[in-house]
Amino acid sequence: MKYSTWSLDAALAVLATLREEKGPVLMALQALQREFGYVHKEDVTLIANFFNKSRAEVHGVLTFYHDLLTQPPTDNQISLCVAEACQAVGSRELEKEVKAKFGDEVHDGYCYGNCALGPCAMVNGAIIGRATLDSIAKARS
Amino acid sequence: MKIFVPGDSAAISVGADEVAAAIASKVKNATIIRNGSRGALWLEPMVEVETDKGRVAYGPVSVADIDSLIAADFINGGQHALSLGLTDALDWLASQDRVTFKRVGIIDPLSIADYELHGGLVGLRRAITMNSGAIIEEVTDSGVRGRGGAGFPAGIKWKTVAGASSDQKYICCNADEGDSGTFADRMLIEGDPFTLIEGMTIAAIAVGATQGIIYLRSEYPYAIKTLQKAIDIAHAFGWLGSSVLGSAFAFDLKVRVGAGSYVCGEETAMLESIEGKRGVVRAKPPLPALEGLFGKPTVINNVLTLSTIPAVMADGASAYKARGVGRSLGTQVFQLAGNIKRGGIVEKPFGISIEEVVNGYGGGTLSGAPIRAVQIGGPLGAYFGTEKFATSLDYESMLAAGGMLGHGGIVVFDSSVDLAAQARFAMSFCALESCGKCTPCRVGSTRGVETIDLIIQGVKVDENKKLLLDLCEVMSDGSLCAMGALTPMPVKSAMINFPEDFTGEVSRR
Repeated sequence: MKYSTWSLDAALAVLATLREEKGPVLMALQALQREFGYVHKEDVTLIANFFNKSRAEVHGVLTFYHDLLTQPPTDNQISLCVAEACQAVGSRELEKEVKAKFGDEVHDGYCYGNCALGPCAMVNGAIIGRATLDSIAKARS
Repeated sequence: MKIFVPGDSAAISVGADEVAAAIASKVKNATIIRNGSRGALWLEPMVEVETDKGRVAYGPVSVADIDSLIAADFINGGQHALSLGLTDALDWLASQDRVTFKRVGIIDPLSIADYELHGGLVGLRRAITMNSGAIIEEVTDSGVRGRGGAGFPAGIKWKTVAGASSDQKYICCNADEGDSGTFADRMLIEGDPFTLIEGMTIAAIAVGATQGIIYLRSEYPYAIKTLQKAIDIAHAFGWLGSSVLGSAFAFDLKVRVGAGSYVCGEETAMLESIEGKRGVVRAKPPLPALEGLFGKPTVINNVLTLSTIPAVMADGASAYKARGVGRSLGTQVFQLAGNIKRGGIVEKPFGISIEEVVNGYGGGTLSGAPIRAVQIGGPLGAYFGTEKFATSLDYESMLAAGGMLGHGGIVVFDSSVDLAAQARFAMSFCALESCGKCTPCRVGSTRGVETIDLIIQGVKVDENKKLLLDLCEVMSDGSLCAMGALTPMPVKSAMINFPEDFTGEVSRR
């Protein structure tokens, strides 16, 4: 996936679009991650100052949510559902294979709502049902 | 000619986009409609063509089948190895009683004209002519209960919000469908989003709210796109905005996207998350109905609850409550998942047995091995063996059987399942997703994992089983929300219904 390179001005431009939002902290973190692929180390202070919040509050939100990343993502992002319905059709075994092959590209997911066609994976945002090591490999770019 | 290729993400996950593209490039003058899924997910991608006899279905279709389908004249309903006949005559679908899902898979999800042609907006137009009390009475009288799992009567919640005085009230739709084995919210939003918007608009008129928010999980990117488009279309149509369908009511709708936290499906944690904070559960009281989002009176309902309201308002309370059993009135959208041959959506009145859904509609396991366990109601629901398959699927019977109906998801496991591993997963998932507010949930879940590990390893098995049951009691009694209070349900039900997996003997594993 393509992301912009982080800069102070670019980050502030993202925040400016959220000026009118009520309860903006989580939205701000999500918007910055959509733009830059992750939340930059300067962003916590930036959000705190911009919305008149404490840095502790912003840090608290950043560290609560699994989606939010503090490091740039890998070029390919593979999420594999490891919740019950996918476990019932072998996602635990598939998880081992996929992690052995693609290492830190792989993250545990918890349910993409494709529970009748598991195991389910998301590869770079595209959904894959009845996933296998092969189909996941093919979907990588 | 109209050709329907579902744009539902389950269908896309098995190649519907590629099939739609192949048909578009090879069939001239085809109007391809990306409908929702009919819910027969094992037949996806299920392609339908409109003929003068009705819609004819083929499935599961892959790109490699397109040439032979064209050779078989499928655009006129010709016979092919993948022919399923008239869609409406498929027994799996014809025997269902679709109320909430009545339009899903049939209409173009983003066409208001199509929506109205199939009964859409009738309920809202009627509600606009009624007063608040009469709408709430109709909803209360219908017996509709919260479909998110708790089963609280919708009308009573609405009445509380309507009775509160405030300069601002909110309608919040909980679309954080995090339970594994549930996908009805997603399929409804992708297949018939206007029904949800209509239900929320009716709720707003009933309680005097002007702002609605749908909290939709980030794991549903396809649903987010469809819903956002539907909201934009409804705005342009004059449905949402300062004058709902030309009336004196104003209603606006926004989507807030979650960030990968399971506990945010709990209603008060969801409110915190919408407010941009950590998704930490709130103590009740105050009830969200009185002090909810940003401290204002708030209706919080699940997608399916709100999406059932248009049918109640269009056809009347008595038509709805004529279905179901006891205090579980109307229909439930069951979701068949996991190791299942014919998985998907089964909407039937409450009171159908587990057997009828799992073996009747579901056809047993995908693997062909015998069913050993089902988990009903999501990760916080009980594991049952087949000896409980006669149980009626309604709120009261499931409770009496030591489980819960929850959101109506049923996950099927074959004979290879290890219930000690499943119990361990329940505890470890709680440890991962606990918001941290209540000690029994935050710490108890980690201690639970350790204790189950000792049982699995055969260390002081009887003592540790006793300890685990004691821990479960503390978690159930000492946690504010369902995350900590109900994580013991899968654990205890696994221990009680499958004691042979908790003997510490490694032979089964």
